[in-house]
Amino acid sequence: MLDDRSSYSGIGFGCPIDTAGEVVFNTGMVGYTETLTDPSYRGQILCITYPLIGNYGVPSKKIQDIHGLPKYFESDKIQVRGLLIHNLSRVASHWTAIKTLDQWLYEEGIPGIYGIDTRDLTKKLRVRGVMMGAMSVSENRVAEESRLSKLMDSEYYEGRNFMDQVSVPAVRQYGDDMNNCIVLVDAGTKYSIIRNIIKAGYRAVILPWNSTFEEIMNYHPAGVIISNGPGDPTCCVETIKTAARLIDTSTPTLGICLGNQILALAAGAKTFKLKFGHRAQNKPCKDLSNGQTYITTQNHGYGINPESLKGTGFRTWFSNIDDTTIEGIEHEKKPIVAVQFHPEASPGPYDCAFVFDRFKELIENSEKAVKKGNLLQTSNDSKLHGGKIAQT
Amino acid sequence: MEAALSKSEKRAKVRTADRQFDYSGSQCLKALREDDVRSVLINPNIATIQTDSRFADRVYLLPINVTYVQKVIEKERPDSIMLNFGGQTALNCGVSLDSEGILDRYGITVLGTKIDGIRITEDRQLFKEAMQKSGVHVLPSAPAYSLSEARKIAKEISFPVIIRVAYTLGGKGGGVAYNEYELEEIVQRGLSLSVVHQVLIEKYVGNWKQIEYELMRDSHGNNAVVCNMENILAMRVHTGDNIVVTPSQTLNNIEYHKLRSAAQRATSQCNIVGECNIQFGLDPCSERYCAIEINARLSRSSALASKATGYPLAYMAAKICLGYALPELVNRITKVTTACFEPSLDYITLKMPRWDFQKFEHVKRRLGSTMKSVGEVMAIGKNFEEAIQKAIRMCDIDKDGLTSDGDNNEIYFPEEIEKIEQSLLHPEDDIIFTVVRALRAGITADRINQLSHIDPWFL
Repeated sequence: MLDDRSSYSGIGFGCPIDTAGEVVFNTGMVGYTETLTDPSYRGQILCITYPLIGNYGVPSKKIQDIHGLPKYFESDKIQVRGLLIHNLSRVASHWTAIKTLDQWLYEEGIPGIYGIDTRDLTKKLRVRGVMMGAMSVSENRVAEESRLSKLMDSEYYEGRNFMDQVSVPAVRQYGDDMNNCIVLVDAGTKYSIIRNIIKAGYRAVILPWNSTFEEIMNYHPAGVIISNGPGDPTCCVETIKTAARLIDTSTPTLGICLGNQILALAAGAKTFKLKFGHRAQNKPCKDLSNGQTYITTQNHGYGINPESLKGTGFRTWFSNIDDTTIEGIEHEKKPIVAVQFHPEASPGPYDCAFVFDRFKELIENSEKAVKKGNLLQTSNDSKLHGGKIAQT
Repeated sequence: MEAALSKSEKRAKVRTADRQFDYSGSQCLKALREDDVRSVLINPNIATIQTDSRFADRVYLLPINVTYVQKVIEKERPDSIMLNFGGQTALNCGVSLDSEGILDRYGITVLGTKIDGIRITEDRQLFKEAMQKSGVHVLPSAPAYSLSEARKIAKEISFPVIIRVAYTLGGKGGGVAYNEYELEEIVQRGLSLSVVHQVLIEKYVGNWKQIEYELMRDSHGNNAVVCNMENILAMRVHTGDNIVVTPSQTLNNIEYHKLRSAAQRATSQCNIVGECNIQFGLDPCSERYCAIEINARLSRSSALASKATGYPLAYMAAKICLGYALPELVNRITKVTTACFEPSLDYITLKMPRWDFQKFEHVKRRLGSTMKSVGEVMAIGKNFEEAIQKAIRMCDIDKDGLTSDGDNNEIYFPEEIEKIEQSLLHPEDDIIFTVVRALRAGITADRINQLSHIDPWFL
């Protein structure tokens, strides 16, 4: 049932319970194991437009990638409140599959409904914007509309802080001890961001969302990444404060999705809620520095207000070709960049993995500049003549 | 960004051959006309829509070979030529024109993928090298120009091997050899059919999945993977004779995007400009894959992809050939968003080939790496069952659906079961009905998969 009191019925699967949340849709055609475990979906009921879900079953969490993280998932549990699809595949056919989608949802206590007219639901969400909804799966006929209404009205999404549900409670590390580290401020991070940090040659130190600037600097990071996550960015007050310090001190920083919005807010810009969000694997984004367009994967419900970016020191880096929303920002002088889409993909295309390469470059350039700065400090004492000082 | 060409004076030439390419040819001509480009069409087939006077400025109903094309070039003196809309024939002709120096002599620019790029995709050895350079796996293979060479290579790679013939289409002249005797027969036929007297001997992986991607790429390096397809009868049967679903059904996220990235790298290495089709083999039991071939042109599968996704591949390819960047082209359905995107479907499309074996008495009905079908139908549905039932009805073979014949209570004797298993092992045009009979006879889905390599999900 949606908050306009319209309802859809179908056949239940997964765990037979009731739940409520913000109803959103995603148009990606593959990758349901990654999508369902993406913490950015916390508090939401997901409708997948692609009609056949569950074809390749669910693999074991024990299968790990080379960094020791579960290969086919983006976090340690299903994050959506409920799943709405058109057709459920009762058969799981894949060499990695150990259970069906139905079984997995049941084990994790998440309800699902199939047989829903997902096209109609999606069209409605597109026209009306995302809505609150409640769903009920049970062995008996579901007829108690009033119960569902009450459940829906008792839940809320906007203005809610989900951080304690998705952020890591204490520090965690991945990667080689010998390497320099990048601190990842965890606002609901996907594993694939960690994978990319390690791939870039760093150790990943994961800290909670409300870590202070001092706590982060204790680890002497080469750079800081602010992760993706669920909910309204303005709720992450502590993270915004920390981000402001990062900007002030010109610490090399990369923001992804929610992280992008947090950096913008810290710089003094404003965010707004998109009507129905961008949740897909096929969004074209143009890199304004070279005119190249890339296909990106996206999952966000909020965006940066372009007018408010003026005077913050940031400018637009990527722009969404279809609706001109800001898809990435870069600081005019400091080694700080952020993207709204997901360069780590998973699910989705790997076209924008170069964003991590650019971040690495920023880190290395900034290290060089610092070294030069230090050299000049000592050489100033011996009164060197000539030579230009490189400004960061 | 403005298109880099001045429009009204420019002349271009389009060549097309088969009926299959009528769609792509007409779309291309439409695109050219919109941009005030004068077009000259060479197409010997009068039974096509594109040869109507409303499309091209001038039409020559002549065969597509160097002699006649040169004559037309001599008369019309075009600035440029388009080879990607006429199938394999047009590509081959274009390459010949270039090797004979005709294009240089008349100062003609090739629009879209240049001749060098076409050569890389067609010549098996160049293709292999290009794939290795772009980090895309290929199966062990080597080209042969004589039977003795072929024998040596087959011994090294070890049987079974598949023989592919350079510069042909439909898998013509090729085949799978399980021993030297078969190898000899196929190689001799293949060498004679190849324009460059070259065959490729490659390791055969008939049980691997066969996945295709349709890609758009412009001259600035922007690309979009418009469609992906899965061949239900796996690698063993040529895609033309295969039952194809779009999008793929049994690939997970990593496999889908790994192949997608490989497709991007491969086409970038070949400098594809416009549209192309790339085929991969994927191991059903691991993430191992290999690139099979690239068709640097519109094809039968791009017509299918266009209809399945609503994305007008030929039209967009023509615009790209004229110099437009993909992001600046407009999506023809929404009219307000860009054409540089990848269609996301909320339905499934199925293509089923149509054979006409009654008309050809001596042709074996067995399906393999050489294409035998004469047409195809496409069905759209919200699920696989719906799509395949619709397709069967449209094939007009007197069947109302998958299970309309026969009876669920039939009893099957052991000899019949053996016959059914044989049919699964050596598929003929009625393979899907054989699968139904097999299931009724109590043969398990696993066993059917073992014999026919059809993924258990479809079964």
